[in-house]
Amino acid sequence: MAEEKTFLIRIITPDRIFYEGPAQMAEFCTTEGEIGVYPGHIPLTVILKPGVLTLTESGGKRRAALHTGFAEILPDRISILAEAAEWPGEIDISRAEAARKRAEERLAAHQADTDLARAETALQRAVARIETLR
Amino acid sequence: MASMRDIKRRRSSIQSTGQITRAMKLVATVKLQKAREKAEHTRPYSDGVYQTMQSILERSAGIRHPYLQGGGSGRKAVIVMTSNRGLAGGYNANVVKLITRGGLPLDQLDIYAAGKKGREALQRAGCHIRLDCSDMCEEPCYEDAAALGKEALASFARGEVGEIWLAYTSFVNTVVHQPKLIRLLPVSTEASGQEKTADSREETGSAAKLQMNYDTEEESILEMLIPKYIVSMIYGGLLEASASENGARMQAMDSATGNAEEMLEDLTLLYNRARQGAITQELTEIIGGAAAIG
Repeated sequence: MAEEKTFLIRIITPDRIFYEGPAQMAEFCTTEGEIGVYPGHIPLTVILKPGVLTLTESGGKRRAALHTGFAEILPDRISILAEAAEWPGEIDISRAEAARKRAEERLAAHQADTDLARAETALQRAVARIETLR
Repeated sequence: MASMRDIKRRRSSIQSTGQITRAMKLVATVKLQKAREKAEHTRPYSDGVYQTMQSILERSAGIRHPYLQGGGSGRKAVIVMTSNRGLAGGYNANVVKLITRGGLPLDQLDIYAAGKKGREALQRAGCHIRLDCSDMCEEPCYEDAAALGKEALASFARGEVGEIWLAYTSFVNTVVHQPKLIRLLPVSTEASGQEKTADSREETGSAAKLQMNYDTEEESILEMLIPKYIVSMIYGGLLEASASENGARMQAMDSATGNAEEMLEDLTLLYNRARQGAITQELTEIIGGAAAIG
């Protein structure tokens, strides 16, 4: 039964409406861990972590990289407000790999002046991009 | 009556001015279309952030958070969005007027200027210019807005300013631009955008009646949400301001071109009259001369 139900998903970023359409399930990363949401979920607001978003539509699955933001989950729809979102086709894999390396080096170096939180988000973002392409 | 030569000179100067204003109008029109498209794409995001924040604030009236209360300092930060270039009619003056006559104590203001014209005018008015980031209003991008927002929030967190205001021109349509002065921080629970929340409530219908849950604490959501709200307001403001600027310039240049055409018409009439006068005079002189000889 649950497979046939759909709900409306809206993904909005500052420069465009990234996605708007029905889906059967949405999976994404929050600060509390990965969650998968089916239609009929209780109202919930979560903070997003950079990660892979997987939408299950009637035609199959769609993946996208999703960076920081938050999501408002209602029984009949989800509104995701993200600072950036990318389809696999928009990701530059070599840039993402380079960014990952840079962030890892910065984290490993353990210098006093490194902004750890920033390096960590950068790493998460790069990993999200790479994972999306897999 | 001015001589033929004077009129001719005047006419050609007005003609070339008219050509320039016409070209400027065309440029502004093209830029307006681009800026407007961008502004319209951003609106859903700012509205979404705003709605979510309002719905959290509505439900959690008891939250005590520094962002919701005024800071200790009497100084106010004002982010002022104007243009870098003039010839846009009353566009810049209207924004500046809003601040200088808005009842804010001018010597207590820390201005974050995005736009050269506003910075210059406010400097003259005696305000303290805290930061000049005039480059960002040409091609607004989210990173710039985020940097500016972070800067303003940091000084709020350090207690240097007690309030953050935003002055920009909201783009209603091509001919109507409304200068606005709004308070970003501390966030008031009954903020100015009442109609927006009313819309969203109708849209969500029954869903709005359900109790919203949070898997993290509401305070920490607000902690993350409010900076995002500020940044998206700044970004949206920049885009609206840029659309309004080009709209205002288009209008100003359109009426300038119209005025030039009107003046040209009058001058052409004057010129023809002067020309005819000169011919008549010449003829009278010739006839007079002939009569004197004959």
